[in-house]
Amino acid sequence: MSLLAITGGTVVDQLGRRTIDLAVDRATGQVVQAPSGPAADWADRVLDATGCHVVPGFVDLHVHLRQPGNEAAETIESGSRAAARGGFTAIVAMPNTTPCMDSAAVVSEVLAYGKSALCEIKPSAAITIGRDGEALSPMGELADLGVRMFTDDGTGLQDAMLMRRALEYAGSLVVDDGQPIVLSQHCEVTALSQGGVMHEGTVSSRLGLGGQPAEAEELMVARDIALARLTGVRVHMQHLSTAGSVALVRAAKAEGHPVTAEACPHHFALTDEACASYDPVFKVHPPLRTADDVAAIKAGLADGTIDAIATDHAPHTPDSKELPFDQAPPGMLGLETAYALANTELDLEPEALVELLSTTPARIAGVAERHGGPIEPGRQANLAVADPEATWTVDRSAMASNSVNTPFHGREVRGRIRHTVFNGEPVVIDGEAQR
Amino acid sequence: MKHLLSINELSRGDLEELLELARGFAEVQERDIPKVPALRGKTVVLAFFEDSTRTRTSFDLAARRLSADVVNFSVSSSSAAKGESLRDTVETIDAMGVDAVVVRHGSSGAPHRIAAWTDASVVNAGDGWHQHPTQALLDCYTITERLGGLDGRKIAICGDIQHSRVARSNVEAFTALGGEVILVGPRTMLPPSLEGWPVKVEPDIDAALADVDVAYFLRIQQERLAAGAFPTVREYRARYGLTVDRLDRLRPDALIMHPGPMNRGVEIDPEVADDPRCLVLDQVSAGVPVRMAVLYRLLGPGRFDPDQAP
Repeated sequence: MSLLAITGGTVVDQLGRRTIDLAVDRATGQVVQAPSGPAADWADRVLDATGCHVVPGFVDLHVHLRQPGNEAAETIESGSRAAARGGFTAIVAMPNTTPCMDSAAVVSEVLAYGKSALCEIKPSAAITIGRDGEALSPMGELADLGVRMFTDDGTGLQDAMLMRRALEYAGSLVVDDGQPIVLSQHCEVTALSQGGVMHEGTVSSRLGLGGQPAEAEELMVARDIALARLTGVRVHMQHLSTAGSVALVRAAKAEGHPVTAEACPHHFALTDEACASYDPVFKVHPPLRTADDVAAIKAGLADGTIDAIATDHAPHTPDSKELPFDQAPPGMLGLETAYALANTELDLEPEALVELLSTTPARIAGVAERHGGPIEPGRQANLAVADPEATWTVDRSAMASNSVNTPFHGREVRGRIRHTVFNGEPVVIDGEAQR
Repeated sequence: MKHLLSINELSRGDLEELLELARGFAEVQERDIPKVPALRGKTVVLAFFEDSTRTRTSFDLAARRLSADVVNFSVSSSSAAKGESLRDTVETIDAMGVDAVVVRHGSSGAPHRIAAWTDASVVNAGDGWHQHPTQALLDCYTITERLGGLDGRKIAICGDIQHSRVARSNVEAFTALGGEVILVGPRTMLPPSLEGWPVKVEPDIDAALADVDVAYFLRIQQERLAAGAFPTVREYRARYGLTVDRLDRLRPDALIMHPGPMNRGVEIDPEVADDPRCLVLDQVSAGVPVRMAVLYRLLGPGRFDPDQAP
């Protein structure tokens, strides 16, 4: 048996912390009981994890891979390489490709490209055809291909009746693996946010840029909580960015309504003041908000109101960002900096980070059989080895992504992914992608 | 001073120095040959991504009266839509070797981005809703010529503040020079937040106008009507316009200003526009010497030494 060993680290997952050496059967890609004696005696490959946390590989509920349609910005391969370098072993691909992932043909294409990726590519699909908010996509057919998340991300589904129908229909679909189907909402009432290119407030007023009020997000959060109550079907709220949204979700959960939520690192690591440079690398939807919102997002992550950290990794080519702020497309890179920012900015125990970055999103994405831990014999070896003390400076020229639009360039952060193991294969060793 | 991007980069001393310099250039304009050799050999590009005949002409004259070479580089804002990035456009201009780029752009912050991509000095000739620094300077110049300065003067700025680069730069310039600013307009036309703005807000225009030294009216754009900022032109004129009736509420020595072009019968009645207290043409005249001062300050012999008087 060809074995991979991960030695010297502290395993951190939902079973707690333990200092053990891990063995992975490279043929099956599964964790196996480690033989006794030094790893050098039984392993043909040893990954050093001294001083590191060995954690279930991260699961990102929100990634834009740009393929098909905008391969200059990112491909499934380059995006998966960025994911692997960030410690992710499964990522959910958003459907706003060109053409849109609203048909079996396009979802199949993404799945096909995903087979050779450096992590599991779990396609989501659009709720409505063309993400136009008018007619439902063939959700059953897409679910049969393995889609477990539907979203019109990039825009919210404005029509409340259609959202109700989507929830009822998706909620009654029967799928072979028994994994839940979830509707994931980009919460934004566009009638209220139109013309806005950043958060509406003191900074937008000063800069003379159109603003999106926090209420444009909160109105749809409130509406979808009401629809979850009406239908009994779960709604997942994407990229919460305002204090009001966090309060609404907290109250909904207290009342027992079926809602989950994610937040992005940029929404707890940056504020709208960053836009004062007029550099569109800081333009994102929902926009960077205020320091009070940042504090509320952090509190929501700490108390379980927000279930997952998702990156909303959104690559854009340099030329598309070399435009005036209002003309440039929104979005920023996230995969390669997520762990470091969470580790640096959030005052959370490693167990809590594992829950937010891996265990809970794995459940929401419907990949919990293979991802999200626990790390024990018989489970797929989808692992990350993270050094929580390593400090480094984010460098946009050192990214695996095809794009360079990270808003964190030059920022010193703490916490770095050393190795990533995907289905038993070490796809990242000492920070270097292996293929 | 390398660029002129926004008024808040200038101290009171900088502003006063520019106004003083402009006064000197205004005298030059009175001469038979209204031209000085100060910027001979310098090249100024007028890069107007948004049409503005008045501002472009004013900068053009200012540069020529300083003996600079002037190139017009008109670019439609839509080149971006055609796939050319702003950076490509700027680097194209820069590659030709120019000393200053005067930028007018429909997007707030575009001149700030451009400044990062060129070695030339960048002059903001109006960006989106953000800033129009030379307009603010010429307005300060016009007021100073009439009133001797802005210290303690009350200025009401009336109209669409939120979408006005003139308002943003004038609030900064007027208050930096000691003026007191009152904003007047419906809430739909005020910025969502005025936190940090050194202004008062007066929703009642008649109350505001009773005691001001300067009543400054902004141009109302028809597209605001479509966006629901006010119900009808008639109602806007009645509640926020400088009508003939309202003219009587102003002090006899109060000044009336407008950045032009005026919508006669909307924010200002035709008779008012022709009232001797209305300084619109003085403002236009002040534009050339003020812009000469700015270009001289950026490109002239004193460029790298703020203490060296011209």
